[in-house]
Amino acid sequence: MPSIKRHKFKLSSEQLLEMLYWLKLIRSFDERLSILVRQGRVRSGVYSGIGQEAIVVGTCYGLRTDDYICPLHRDLGTFLIKGVSAGVMMAQMYAKATGLSKGRDSALHSGVPELGIFGNTSMLGANTPVAAGLALTFKLEQSDNVVLAYFGEGASNTGDVHEAMNFAAVHKLPLVFICENNIYSYSMPIEKSMAIEDVADRAEGYGFDGVAINGNDVLAVYQATQGAIARARAGEGPTLIECKTYRWHGHSEHDKPFYRTADEEAMWKSRDPLPTFTSYLRHQSVLNDDVLLEIEERIRTEIDAAVAFAESSPEPSPEDAVTDMYA
Amino acid sequence: MSRELTYLEAIREALFEEMRRDDKVFVLGEDVGAYGGAFGVTKGLFDEFGEYRCLDTPISESCIIGVSVGASLRGYRPVAEMQFGDFIACGFDQIVNQAATLRYRYGGRAACSLVVRAPVGGNVAGGLYHSQNPESWFVHRPGLKVVAPSTAWDAKGLLKAAIRDDNPVIYLEHKYLYRRAKGPVPEGDEIVPIGKAAIRREGRHATIVTYGAMVVPSLDAADRMAGEGVETEVIDLRSLAPWDKAAVFASLDKTNRVVVVHEDVKTLGMGAEISAAIMEERFDKLDAPVMRVTYPDAHCPFSSVLEQHNLPNADKITEALKRLVAY
Repeated sequence: MPSIKRHKFKLSSEQLLEMLYWLKLIRSFDERLSILVRQGRVRSGVYSGIGQEAIVVGTCYGLRTDDYICPLHRDLGTFLIKGVSAGVMMAQMYAKATGLSKGRDSALHSGVPELGIFGNTSMLGANTPVAAGLALTFKLEQSDNVVLAYFGEGASNTGDVHEAMNFAAVHKLPLVFICENNIYSYSMPIEKSMAIEDVADRAEGYGFDGVAINGNDVLAVYQATQGAIARARAGEGPTLIECKTYRWHGHSEHDKPFYRTADEEAMWKSRDPLPTFTSYLRHQSVLNDDVLLEIEERIRTEIDAAVAFAESSPEPSPEDAVTDMYA
Repeated sequence: MSRELTYLEAIREALFEEMRRDDKVFVLGEDVGAYGGAFGVTKGLFDEFGEYRCLDTPISESCIIGVSVGASLRGYRPVAEMQFGDFIACGFDQIVNQAATLRYRYGGRAACSLVVRAPVGGNVAGGLYHSQNPESWFVHRPGLKVVAPSTAWDAKGLLKAAIRDDNPVIYLEHKYLYRRAKGPVPEGDEIVPIGKAAIRREGRHATIVTYGAMVVPSLDAADRMAGEGVETEVIDLRSLAPWDKAAVFASLDKTNRVVVVHEDVKTLGMGAEISAAIMEERFDKLDAPVMRVTYPDAHCPFSSVLEQHNLPNADKITEALKRLVAY
């Protein structure tokens, strides 16, 4: 396994603060969504990514518009970083006409091709062959764009992930597999779903490198991703990055995760990616109280505006239940 | 100008012409490359277009179709070959959940321009897993188009239409017809539009609605009935989704009697849908119940004795026509 050089890809103070902004925006968005679900204003289809933000920010930060992502149901933040506004994403969760799916689905099953976003279906793992298809076209065109394919440790057990990894390896596709290992596939703990400790070990069986990293360390995720992207751009093929993390909420907002212990949850919450990064930035003299307050105020305004946009957006037209069936 | 080609040669000619016309068209599948495909349909493509426009894939049907979805999202027009139509079940999710729903969930911002070619049907000593007729699985799924040519002429023209269509099209080519159906095929760009049936024989006493390999035995049965003074109209649907309701109804208005003939099993096959549509919209035109001659609700056996028991043929169709006109 390649070792991660933590400081290989330099980040300026402005960039570090931008990463902090994304981490906090995504956290705030998900926290607000959670409240909206409890208030009954957002009906369902909410799969909180709280606790896993470092993966979203560490992988997406620095991507080019013409680099593609195939994100998971928990990766709402990837849509934001790739350029969809918070208002449109909130409208999507409200199933309003102004959302990405025009109200047809509240989850992240949509996509925005011009921004390089290709959402998954509910069949977890099934988007990885699609990612391979996108990456195949980059290879055919000899462009140096890359595709990031996200999946969970649970979906790593599907045939689709196996088929996609094998295919990507055979053709040395510019594809980075991002495994968000949050230890539970719904209620199933990882030790009951696979006999190995690291999903990353599977990469070797396909003939490319896999690395298991701390998925709650945004800089570790960034460095590993940038390394994999550099190799992919250079025609060296795919890499699997397994990001160890934990989802704070249940599988969905309607799932009470009684299958986990309070001790386990407390232990993982002590590894919250946000304060870890905030302390690092303070320690590096990149962040002070004034800057932090400014970021937090900006985010509050943005989330409020997003909710207001979604609330005031029109409901979908009933006839849109049957349109866009065919091109 | 036209000349005689086999059904198989006509499919191959359509592939050559479309790939020369549009460099976004490429084929992929198991053994389609230098080997030329299990039935030889893709023979020669590899030599002219090279490895990546005639792409050999691992035995990974789901990945083959998922990769096609990804490529189509970048404006390519992949033609995925399932080595046998029976194997399409291994790629089912990518067709029905990924490709069929994509435009709908993307709010109309993308289209899935892919073709899945599948050699289907029995009477070729194929047994359980090399003989099936999976059309109704896909006709039943909104978002897909399904075509099933019966002549060499249509095999070429419908494949060209399918490749140029912006939607996922399931192209069902009947193995029994590959070398047995031989006939005139136009040179160059003649398209057979999707959704348009062909009247293979005109008649005024009864209508047979059929498609694929059942067209020839239907015509045989119509010939036999003509000896008894019964003139039977034979409609070749050619497209199953959408199917040409106007053509079927126009014939029914003339003959007032319809029998649907298909090689697919009876329950919820095309016959069920056509019969129900006639009941709903043309009940007053019927002089007899809509009848069906189909495969029984049973698997495709290997023994010729057993398979012939299940397959519809001219005798069974003639017998049904006699009952239909005597009603």
